[in-house]
Amino acid sequence: MRKGEFAMINLQNITKKYKTSNGELTAVKDVNLSIKKGEIFGIIGYSGAGKSTMIRLLNGLEKPTSGTVTVNNQEFSSIKGQKLRDARQKVSMIFQHFNLLWSRTVAENIAFPLEIAGVPKAKREARVKELITLVGLDGREKAYPSQLSGGQKQRVGIARALANNPEVLLCDEATSALDPETTDAILDLLVDINERLGLTIVLITHEMHVIRKICHRVAVMEAGEIVERGEVLQVFQAPQAAITKKFVSQITDTKETQETVAQIKANYPNGQLVKLIFVGEKTEQPVISHLVKQFDVEVSIVHGNISQTKNGAYGTLIVQIDGLVDNVAAALSYLNTVEVQTEVIANAN
Amino acid sequence: MLTSLFPNVDWEKMWDATYETLYMTTISTVITFILGLVIGILLFLSSPNQLWANKIVNFLTGSIVNIFRSIPFIVLIILLIPFTKFLLGTIRGADAALPALIIGAAPFYARMVLIALREIDKGVIEAARSMGARTSTIIWKVLIPESLPALMSGLTVTAVALVGYTAMAGIIGAGGLGNLAFLDGFQRNRSDVTLMATILILIVVFVIQWIGDFITAKTDKR
Repeated sequence: MRKGEFAMINLQNITKKYKTSNGELTAVKDVNLSIKKGEIFGIIGYSGAGKSTMIRLLNGLEKPTSGTVTVNNQEFSSIKGQKLRDARQKVSMIFQHFNLLWSRTVAENIAFPLEIAGVPKAKREARVKELITLVGLDGREKAYPSQLSGGQKQRVGIARALANNPEVLLCDEATSALDPETTDAILDLLVDINERLGLTIVLITHEMHVIRKICHRVAVMEAGEIVERGEVLQVFQAPQAAITKKFVSQITDTKETQETVAQIKANYPNGQLVKLIFVGEKTEQPVISHLVKQFDVEVSIVHGNISQTKNGAYGTLIVQIDGLVDNVAAALSYLNTVEVQTEVIANAN
Repeated sequence: MLTSLFPNVDWEKMWDATYETLYMTTISTVITFILGLVIGILLFLSSPNQLWANKIVNFLTGSIVNIFRSIPFIVLIILLIPFTKFLLGTIRGADAALPALIIGAAPFYARMVLIALREIDKGVIEAARSMGARTSTIIWKVLIPESLPALMSGLTVTAVALVGYTAMAGIIGAGGLGNLAFLDGFQRNRSDVTLMATILILIVVFVIQWIGDFITAKTDKR
């Protein structure tokens, strides 16, 4: 933790082992992690990486085998009974499959945590009304979950999670069961809540898109360990671990891009295919026009893509540079001087 | 016309017997529901990975349920004669049939409760825990409401089985339509009495099934 920043969540030397029929399984291995108040923190990993266990350690649904978990000044790794139940009301959770009670209407589902907290009926009703408006479900109060779309169900989940004014919101693959458009709408709602209520959000996912869109910082998990962590933009710009590179390429190297590049290679065997990576303000530099004017080369744009992260923009551009061999070489060395990361994809012949 | 088709039927006796059958079925169904629900919830919560996971409790409860479920009902009645006599002072009449009916049906219903509870999405229980719910809240506000349609259809099956049990209990002197069919119908060789008793039992069963299906559909909001 840096000076002056309050750590809302602190994990110290966390190890979690499970006993299975095939012996012991270590789901989380000696993890240290600190998450600041008001931050949106993402944990990314493939299934089985231990991220599901990690998020459940944060509200005491799982207890660590060793180490301490402190969330909102409560030591979740050791508290029990009423103290744990009270603490959980300030650390709420939303789920991949929403986990709504189908026997209750939207309003009754949202009222459930308030009933648990012992809020009197009149206050409960007023609070439910507020929450329904907050998540944009006006008019659907009396509907049952079976009558809602996936996105609406998750909105109910979010309203329910916010009912007791929590300090921390845990998102367990909250958008993984939703289509891309609904995913974006739910992510926008989470950012809105984070900014308006100052809520600390921890989310786990296997989609880099989710991390890119809303997280300030990210931790990459593999086999129970955090293999890489940092500001999202920084991780995008210079991924270190092999698995991180794979996740980053989920966004930059889509299948479509790969196909386009392959086709261009076949159609235009001349020239150089170069991938330019722009980060932050450099996205605004007129690199391409400069290239054409100064070096007498032809530049054709093959593919371009800009992704907005919470800490700035991140863009990739694939161009084909064609011309006299010397000119192309000069152009390439120029590119190396302008603080734009370049990567030669294919050489001419 | 009814008198000509069923010349030997004493209608007053027939209505009395119907009333006794309904009485035995209703009381035993209500108590079976409560007892079976309690045992079923205990079985569920004590099973592995559940809130009260406890191998010993689970094994003992499971064993008792299995033993009583396996004893044929007619044998159970005979085995319970001393118990009934101790409890009620008599082994004759509709009330005397109740202990055997309940002890025979509750373990059967407890199994159905267990099946119903297992159908509940584990995530919903986890969500309630994540909100800080205590176990009693989870039982009353999650487990029972979320499994209600299955609990009701299971209860319907149990109630229909109980109608059958009352007829068997009738043969050893508990009264009701079974008793009437056996004593007045079979033993006196008056097949019209047996037929009428059968028709009335069928009507009782159909009405129970209809009510059960109606409640099940009403409670199911999925």
